[in-house]
Amino acid sequence: MGFIYLDHQSGTPLHPKVQEAMIQHIQTIFGNPSSDHQVGQPAAAVLEKARAQTAALINANPPEIVFTSGGTESNNQAIKGVAIGLREKGRHIITSNIEHKSVLNSLRTLRLLDYRVTSLDVDQYGLVDPAAVEKAITPETILISVMLANNEIGTIEPIAKIAEVAKKHKIVMHTDAVAATGNIPVDVQELGVNLLSLAANQFYGPSGVGALYIRKGTPVWPLLDGGTQENKRRAGTENLIGIVGLGTAAELAKEAIPARQARLRALKERLEQGIKARIPEIHVNGHPTLNLPHLLSVSVEYIEGESLMLMLDDEGIVVATRSACASGSLRASHVLIGTGMDFATAQGTLVFTLGEENTDAEIDRVLEVMPGIVQTLREMSPLYKKSPH
Amino acid sequence: MAYSPIVMDHFKTPRNVGEITEADGLGEVGNPVCGDMMSVYIKVEGDRIADIKFKTFGCGAAIAVSSMITELAKGKTLEEAMKIKNSDVAKALGGLPPNKLHCSNLGADALHSAIKNYLDRKSGKVVAKEEGEPHHPEKGAACYCPYCEKKVEEESPFCIFCGKEMPHEHDH
Repeated sequence: MGFIYLDHQSGTPLHPKVQEAMIQHIQTIFGNPSSDHQVGQPAAAVLEKARAQTAALINANPPEIVFTSGGTESNNQAIKGVAIGLREKGRHIITSNIEHKSVLNSLRTLRLLDYRVTSLDVDQYGLVDPAAVEKAITPETILISVMLANNEIGTIEPIAKIAEVAKKHKIVMHTDAVAATGNIPVDVQELGVNLLSLAANQFYGPSGVGALYIRKGTPVWPLLDGGTQENKRRAGTENLIGIVGLGTAAELAKEAIPARQARLRALKERLEQGIKARIPEIHVNGHPTLNLPHLLSVSVEYIEGESLMLMLDDEGIVVATRSACASGSLRASHVLIGTGMDFATAQGTLVFTLGEENTDAEIDRVLEVMPGIVQTLREMSPLYKKSPH
Repeated sequence: MAYSPIVMDHFKTPRNVGEITEADGLGEVGNPVCGDMMSVYIKVEGDRIADIKFKTFGCGAAIAVSSMITELAKGKTLEEAMKIKNSDVAKALGGLPPNKLHCSNLGADALHSAIKNYLDRKSGKVVAKEEGEPHHPEKGAACYCPYCEKKVEEESPFCIFCGKEMPHEHDH
């Protein structure tokens, strides 16, 4: 590859074994898993194998896995599905200020339908306080949705504690674990959640496929109506090749996570310390210890993130400004603003997400190139002149 | 959201970056809240812009716009420079992505502001300009439909009250 890829959160490259499995199945399987004949049944077997592989990654039972088109659909399905499923019980939902847009905008839709939403503030590290969650609960509350790890700053939330609160008050608990799953161990029993979203493109599987874990008995109404696929939770003929990719990636991830975590954290440490040593006036975002091993969010004072990203891109270094999903909109990141950062500093934020193929040499190349680019942009910035230097 | 080759050229090798000490006019527009901020310095000889420099805090488009506006204005008479429109800058750059069109507003605004500042100084209205005016009025956190003015959800694809397509955020 002619570039250094440090934007794994926007999509990981396919693991060669995932690629191999997908190609093999595209050549051999074309049946519909719902057909009870000799062409359909092998497809059904493949589907159920992938379900078992995906369930094993998060310590779930296979029937509790519903395949979706990715993290966005899983989050939509979880939130809107519970809202519909429990509409006779109440219309109040609790979330945090730093959720992914697929959560925030699902709640936007529910507000249009007269649901009430309490969006909790986070602290400077992006942490949600379980006590604040408990305080926000009303007799009308039907759902709590807080992400397992934030996709922009990497902070890992106290989901097990929040889920305990939810359980105590008999409220359904959902966690968006898209950024976390495949990068850190995720165990639905330990977390105690009812619903959990994950996506294959975060752990070397394909884009366009993910899953929603639905703990048995959780009242989730389907979003896509039709046939009885996916335990009547998600109609439509399955994206079988994508699901094979997800299942294979899940199996590989389960095995790889302990070593992957340690290796990526060491690489991140090299990057973080190197940037801190070479570039003055920067902020490392997120919690200092409770964070994703592969994600480094850095805000660079006096300059704007997109121009920094484009200049690094020109040098063959691929990074993200905030998150790819948010980069289409021109507002400062709601996550960084949520942590109390000022708008100008938030604009100058880069998110590095490291992956399996990254090396020390690649990190060193970033450290070699980035200080000069930052200085060039600072010299161009009207904000820089106002500080002593 | 791809940039044109001309935008990328001006972004990567911006023309006329810097400040002019003892500039005759200074235009400062934008603020970091909205994402962009631009300062334009002009040196006037006779009725012409003899030299022009800029400093910009902003995205790739904002930097390219700054570079292009200085190129378009350099050597022009003040009257000619006042006639440079946002659309001229965008056109000279080979177009801008729809959600970046507001950056071209910033360029022309900063240039015009610098010329006005020069004229004001000349007529004795002001001594020197210190701080820029906010380019975009702050509307607070709420979003309103620009057609029926009802309060709508952020990033609504269309207004659920009047049915009109909602413009892209921050497009002017």
